[in-house]
Amino acid sequence: MSRQRTAAAEGMATCHDCHLLVAIPGGDDHGAKCPRCHSALHFRKPASLQRTWALLVAAVILYVPANTYPIMRVTSLGRSQADTILSGVVHLLEGGMWPLALVVFVASIVVPLAKLFALVHLLISVQRRSPKKPVERTKLYRLTEMFGRWSMVDIYVVAMLAALVQLGSLAQVEAELGAVFFGATVVLTMIAAESFDPRLIWDHRGPEQPRRTPSARGAGGDRKPGRDAKTAHVRKAHG
Amino acid sequence: MVHPPAPDRRDDSTLTPLPAGSVPARAWTGAHDGPPHLVACHDCDLLIELPPLADRAAARCPRCQYVLARGAHETIERTVALTVAALILFVAANAFPLLTMRASGNEVEATILSGSRILWEQDNGGLAALVLLTTFAAPLAHALSVLYVLVPLGFGFKAPGAADVFRWMGHVQVWSMAEVFVLGVLVSLVKLADMAEIVPGIALWALGLLIPTLTAAMASLDPDEVWDRLDRSLEMDDRPAEPEPARPGGEAAP
Repeated sequence: MSRQRTAAAEGMATCHDCHLLVAIPGGDDHGAKCPRCHSALHFRKPASLQRTWALLVAAVILYVPANTYPIMRVTSLGRSQADTILSGVVHLLEGGMWPLALVVFVASIVVPLAKLFALVHLLISVQRRSPKKPVERTKLYRLTEMFGRWSMVDIYVVAMLAALVQLGSLAQVEAELGAVFFGATVVLTMIAAESFDPRLIWDHRGPEQPRRTPSARGAGGDRKPGRDAKTAHVRKAHG
Repeated sequence: MVHPPAPDRRDDSTLTPLPAGSVPARAWTGAHDGPPHLVACHDCDLLIELPPLADRAAARCPRCQYVLARGAHETIERTVALTVAALILFVAANAFPLLTMRASGNEVEATILSGSRILWEQDNGGLAALVLLTTFAAPLAHALSVLYVLVPLGFGFKAPGAADVFRWMGHVQVWSMAEVFVLGVLVSLVKLADMAEIVPGIALWALGLLIPTLTAAMASLDPDEVWDRLDRSLEMDDRPAEPEPARPGGEAAP
């Protein structure tokens, strides 16, 4: 099998926003702009690992009070009851509403936890330059991006209950601090997933795969004359 | 009623449509001639020669299976139609109550916006903003920016700032969570049904229709085609206006 080439190794970058493939002369992506949509060009998302770690650590920290503090308080005829995410699921189970309990359990507990673990796994495996199962890890990343939003269900339930149960002293539902922390966790993990660059998974795959070496352009002995003509239609970045 | 027998299919043998995903997108090795249509995989950065795609075919990255491109062309009109439908449903979903609760002689109606309004009144500004953004502002901004870019493009010209709006749209889309909201409303409905009489409102039906409409609109939108067409109209803007060549028997020259 002939060697596969990556865009970065050839001194080209895909625009994050419009997916145009752009040649960046000199191999320095600093300040390069997409000629089509004017968004900043990067071979890889800048400081992807650091950013993702920072957002992820913040999300993990906020996830603790999100689960220990109540997310809402139901006041009914002078009696007040506060529910955390987990106790809400337990109450649904006790009330015999197990399909609903399952939905809330998956959306509010399984999805956020799975997302945190998936991102930590991706970050660590990239940092250890693991060559294992890149296809599976890329798919894991796509799933993380796709399903993270479903954790918002509990926030919407709190909002709808608060909006509906407005009977003054008779019955009242209020959002509590846990919901704020939980909302922050969801937002932070979404931004964390966005800042992770899945291409890093593929960058560390042994010597046959040149790692982000745009400066090596022209140094390879395998270059045939006339190959530049083929890349000539790839547009050049604005300086 | 008896349907006529199906016509003999053997005549169609020359028209074997390519099933989705069957188009061999080749990793670029730089080893063959001819001008390749090069793209880089969004998820793994592999350089790939993209073949011309049949309608409804999809080209996947040979390395990581990312869908590189879909053979969908001339999708702008369909996307505009679906987005207009989605916008009408969105207006309906906001104009009518989602759920009505009747308990001990009281009646409370909740709309999409009342959730964030109540959270705001309960001094929970952060949550109110998050709910407002994901259920109202982002879906609305998303639909409006699609129309702002695509409608003029359908007529062959580029709206001012269209590239920026379309770029921005990609970022807004992530925060539009109408489908998650519907699940949240349904969960609330079942949760409260024990304690009080809950009546689903027109807005809930509108939201229920909005989700497949929005999904279809997004599936039909081909960003590559839009960028391509924006790009071409861009170049026409930059080019100095050339004098119209005189046509034979033209009406312009006396």
